[in-house]
Amino acid sequence: MTQLKQRLNAPLKAIALASSAGLVLAGCASASEEPTTEPTETTSATAEPEPTSGGSMVVGITVDPDTIFPWKATQFQAFRMLENVYDTLTAFDADLNVVPGLAESWEVSDDGLAITFDLRDGVKFSDGSDFDSADVKYSYEAIQDEANAAVARSTLGGVTSIDTPDSDTVVLNLATADVGILANLTSVNLAIVSSDDTEETLSTATNGTGPFVLESRTAGQNVVLARNPNYWGDATPLDTVEFRVLPDEAAIAAAMSAGNVQMAVFSDPITARTVTGDVTVNTTPQLSYHALMLNARNGSMTDKNVRLAIQCAIDRQAVLDTALLGEGAVTGPITSPAFRSDPNARPCPERDLAAAAEYLAASGNAGGLEIDAIVAQNLYAGAVEIAQAVAAQLAEANITLNLEVLESGTYIDRWIAGDFESAIALNGGRPDPDGMYGRYFPSTGNLNQVSGYSSDTMDALFAAGKSEGDPAVRKQIYADVSAELEDNAVWVWMFSGYTYTATSDSITGFTPMTTGSWQYLRTTGLK
Amino acid sequence: MTAILRSSVIRKTAGALATLFGVAVFVFFMLRAIPGDQISASLGTEAAGLTEAQRQALVEYYGIDEPLTTQFFSWLANLFAGDLGFSVRAQQPVLDLTVAALPVTFQLAVFAILLALIIGVPIGMLSASAPRKARDFVGQALSLLGLSIPAFLLATTLLTFFAVNLGFNPNGLGYKTLFEDPSVNLQQIFLPSLVLGFGISAPIIRTTRAAVLEIRGQDFIRTARAKGVKTQRIQFRHILRNALIPIVTMTGLQFGYLLGGAVVVEQIFSLPGIGRQVLLGIQQKEYALVQSTVLVIAASFVIINLLTDLLYRAIDPRVRAE
Repeated sequence: MTQLKQRLNAPLKAIALASSAGLVLAGCASASEEPTTEPTETTSATAEPEPTSGGSMVVGITVDPDTIFPWKATQFQAFRMLENVYDTLTAFDADLNVVPGLAESWEVSDDGLAITFDLRDGVKFSDGSDFDSADVKYSYEAIQDEANAAVARSTLGGVTSIDTPDSDTVVLNLATADVGILANLTSVNLAIVSSDDTEETLSTATNGTGPFVLESRTAGQNVVLARNPNYWGDATPLDTVEFRVLPDEAAIAAAMSAGNVQMAVFSDPITARTVTGDVTVNTTPQLSYHALMLNARNGSMTDKNVRLAIQCAIDRQAVLDTALLGEGAVTGPITSPAFRSDPNARPCPERDLAAAAEYLAASGNAGGLEIDAIVAQNLYAGAVEIAQAVAAQLAEANITLNLEVLESGTYIDRWIAGDFESAIALNGGRPDPDGMYGRYFPSTGNLNQVSGYSSDTMDALFAAGKSEGDPAVRKQIYADVSAELEDNAVWVWMFSGYTYTATSDSITGFTPMTTGSWQYLRTTGLK
Repeated sequence: MTAILRSSVIRKTAGALATLFGVAVFVFFMLRAIPGDQISASLGTEAAGLTEAQRQALVEYYGIDEPLTTQFFSWLANLFAGDLGFSVRAQQPVLDLTVAALPVTFQLAVFAILLALIIGVPIGMLSASAPRKARDFVGQALSLLGLSIPAFLLATTLLTFFAVNLGFNPNGLGYKTLFEDPSVNLQQIFLPSLVLGFGISAPIIRTTRAAVLEIRGQDFIRTARAKGVKTQRIQFRHILRNALIPIVTMTGLQFGYLLGGAVVVEQIFSLPGIGRQVLLGIQQKEYALVQSTVLVIAASFVIINLLTDLLYRAIDPRVRAE
């Protein structure tokens, strides 16, 4: 057991450290200089000292987790906390490779219709009970049950049955091959809970197999996690982590400057820069992306030439510079690192007003046209500014973008119903492209009414991508998906932003991730 | 006289109950007029992926499956039984949350009022003591600043200034009650009270100034002066005592507003008070939480108005005589 732990955790640490060089773009600050948020490549990540054992850390958050039940969590803060309390069968390392979680290894059958997971030995839930295959079967079947309203039910939509030949083995039987499922199983929405627990018991206390347990929760004030003494992996260096609620980013910045908080993630670069003292701010590119969603089933958007005219009329870098102070990078449709789209592989790689005019003329709108766009006023930072910058650019191409700036509840209702001609949106990305767009663009996807687009070609490509086991072939399939999306100007993908992880120089061992995950709290400690 | 008093109390109580019922109806239906529900507030755009059966399960989970009128009267009936509802987010009864939050806001309001009186009354009296002179202009300017500087701006500025330049940010430590840690609690409550108190001191300066100016011109003051009463005694026993009625009215009103109006300051200084509870409830569309908390605030407001009325009787013999 001890040997097994060492064997499994050594590579994990190595990967985590190596990833600092690849993914984490770090800048440093001291008391005498302003923290920088400029993305700069670090050449070596091994300089970080090993954390000492013990101590506490305070993480600043703007709102307390709205649930502690993992299958229903969608809020950022709830997700970040729960992924340190519950485990999943598979997990991501810092480079977003799928690595063992509660499953030590797995084997996919030749036809891709069965995945056999060999479960880790000696794992216990935090209440001391043993973990086995019955817990996996119980959890996944409960998630599949519509009555439980688990948010990740669709991930297991293709799982026809779950076998447990013995207590250490689980077999997922699939209706069709699904290569992406291993990546999709990493979500804490698919956390494995004890078969003795219910939603009711897990709504007031946690009982996971992860590195931390919930010690206390005071609504609106804080959540305290403590080291899980039954954790199967290396014990966390920290005794406790307090997620302290400081209701806005300026208050968190002030608390960090005064030394009351040791870690926080900012979405606003200007606020991140106001933090003073011995603090390092890491700038991390995100998988989420800003897009102008065009509803190809609504109004003038049904005409491909109109959509292409819009694509050609928008200067993505200029919008980024204007609305988000240049804090981000222009992107194509797929942001998943291993499948990333070439942002310039599109009919108009750069802004081209002449081409826009030609497309507009081809659509029979040479004299210009008007389009409605919905924008959320208070859902995320920068939405209205992005909308205004896009509208200003489209106006130069004789396209009037009528902005409907909506309260977030109204925006979400309209978005969900697909009740818009176009929408300024910030959508989440996923490490696997099928997880990212498999819900949107196949005609059977549960978000297809929102995407406003489907085609036989798209259905065929997604079906092929889902079942293709050869990584090189799969990569080409999703490059084709990307080309299909861009050539038809299904939406206008603009750019991805950054997050800014500020950490006090008194702590070490934390690795920010492009998914926004805080899973490396388990390796974080005091210097 | 007893009969008159009894009928007055009955009339006031009936009025208060009618007001509270009106507030209950208004809040209940206004909340539901806001687009979205607890499902979309909780899941955001992820709600688009729900199947019909999942949505139905969530509707039942959040208790929003009953017709509106049934929801309304069942909420009212529960209120009378002392059940303010249940917060799904916090997994706690609203009553428990309110009992924890109300003292925070109450303490903040008391401190803010005290600071406002300490700032407002002397400045108002100084202003009135030399109308249209330098000290009056300074007093008027301070009052104008109090009225025109928004609380959020002053709060953010003070918070940042103290934290960044002086390393003083007790509000970043996590809230401590007066009983848990009096020293930290008083530090945590000082800046927010100052921000609110400064804002409230403006109407108090103006009210004090106007009241003092009015009273000092009256015959009984001239008579007192003619009798040789000392200036200090005239200022405090004759003028201030009589000027107190409008000041108390103004203070009572401000105190009531503070109970519900400290949202912004509580939010910025991370105080877990009743204002923040309402704000979070609205963001999460937690209907029971918002309805019940607003009703508690309204009830507090009504009670404070009644207490203000009673205070008149203590400070003004004429009211007692009536």
